[in-house]
Amino acid sequence: MPPEAAAGVGSGEIAIEVLRYRSDTDSRPVPQTYRVPFTYDMSVLQGLQYIKDHLDGTLSFRWSCRMAICGSCGMMIGAEPKLACMTFLRDYHPGPLRIEPLAHFPIERDLVVTVGGFVKKIESIYPYLIPKTPRRLDEGEYLQTPMQLAQYESFSDCINCMLCYAACPQFGENPDFIGPGAMALLQRYNGDSRDGAQATRMELVNTDNGAWSCTAVGYCSEVCPKQVDPANAVNQNKTKSALDFFLRFLGRRAHSGGTASDGDAP
Amino acid sequence: MKRSVAPVFWLLFGAGGMLAALTGPALVLITGLAAPTGIGLSPDFMSFARAASFAKNPFGKLILFGIIALFIWHGAERIYLTLRDMHAGGRLALMWICYGTAGALTVVTVAVLTIIGV
Amino acid sequence: MNGPRPYLRPADTLWWARRPYRAYTLREATGIAVAGYALVLLAGLISLANGEGAYDVWLNYLKSPWSLALHLLFLIAMIAHVCTWFQIMPKTMPRLVIGGRIVPQNRITTAGLAVAVAAFIVILLVAEWMQP
Repeated sequence: MPPEAAAGVGSGEIAIEVLRYRSDTDSRPVPQTYRVPFTYDMSVLQGLQYIKDHLDGTLSFRWSCRMAICGSCGMMIGAEPKLACMTFLRDYHPGPLRIEPLAHFPIERDLVVTVGGFVKKIESIYPYLIPKTPRRLDEGEYLQTPMQLAQYESFSDCINCMLCYAACPQFGENPDFIGPGAMALLQRYNGDSRDGAQATRMELVNTDNGAWSCTAVGYCSEVCPKQVDPANAVNQNKTKSALDFFLRFLGRRAHSGGTASDGDAP
Repeated sequence: MKRSVAPVFWLLFGAGGMLAALTGPALVLITGLAAPTGIGLSPDFMSFARAASFAKNPFGKLILFGIIALFIWHGAERIYLTLRDMHAGGRLALMWICYGTAGALTVVTVAVLTIIGV
Repeated sequence: MNGPRPYLRPADTLWWARRPYRAYTLREATGIAVAGYALVLLAGLISLANGEGAYDVWLNYLKSPWSLALHLLFLIAMIAHVCTWFQIMPKTMPRLVIGGRIVPQNRITTAGLAVAVAAFIVILLVAEWMQP
């Protein structure tokens, strides 16, 4: 047990102010304060669960795994995008701790936001391997060296929690911006040596709503709970898109790699 | 899908930014502080005769053009993006103002370097 | 029963002035100094083209306390530009893999800063060498 816990520091009662929006009765969101008893080891998610179980059963929020892998419990905790399950109440004692739904997203109810737009963006980037040359089963597996894996590995760690979108002011300005998370997933495939659809995905990157909505604020990578570094995904694609812009006049593309064409689109 | 024109300005911004990162502090120190005060450099460092011969030299012209034009394009991109963040005007209007000014100043730089001659 | 009525919060138009975005806005503001310094040089070049009299006016302006204060400000902004420039540089590059390991981004930043310091020293040495 940490010494602070033994001394009783970081336990007691904390005021949690939740931005509520009951879509059937409220015309706009209103804050509501709850007094929640907590112990040293309690996460913000556990605090919300305490409210739902003991104080107010109408409070809505998403959660599932409680261990920072499902990506469901992203919310604004003290004005910062965080996962409620990996943020601790003790760090905000004695409060009031303000909890709001993820910034920049429409609110469905209380802390639940609309994810449809994000899912559409994920769908739009061809989120699967499109091999350069399809192999038959008897030709064996697609080989990849550890160095080739290192090129995209962190981008495959994204858990779709959308904290990076709440951190991105340019997504706030332009909801059509493909955004850090989807761009990280795009780079996960474009950076994969086994993939051949770079040119197809670059068409999306090259638009105003692709890499070019980003102004390199960098906050997305700071809030990412999985060290995916989406800012790196977006900004290395700016470099690629800029090269592609001029190299096409030389009759070759920066990403000529693929044989993938329209036939690969779903 | 419509290609963005941003790469043109972004590459100019990047070239100017890299040039400024490598030469900016030294240049400001030399032309703005050391030479005018005579501290560390001769007060005649930027005398008319010396400046004129530098600007008449083709290599000197290239340096002057590179620094002035690229620094301006670098600043123009950052000022444009910040004004856009601040909602200081429409996107297209801000582009015309910022990039238009940078383009005009680039033309002026070329014109003056041409007038100075060799 | 009403269906879902998603609520869109009004956009915060002053986000750029607030934490944590303030540092980003200040970083972008260094561009004003970079372009501002270029304008001073361009003014010098124009006065040079207009003959010795005009050029001396510009030189005398450079000696004024106003100009010295302005250039001190430029210098501070330029140094901030150098630091932030190499901070974002690794973000604009593909993963750098050397010897089978990813080179950490702060290593790339440090290397960039080292090159900038070297360039600073070289330019000052060239200026010394160019002395009349």
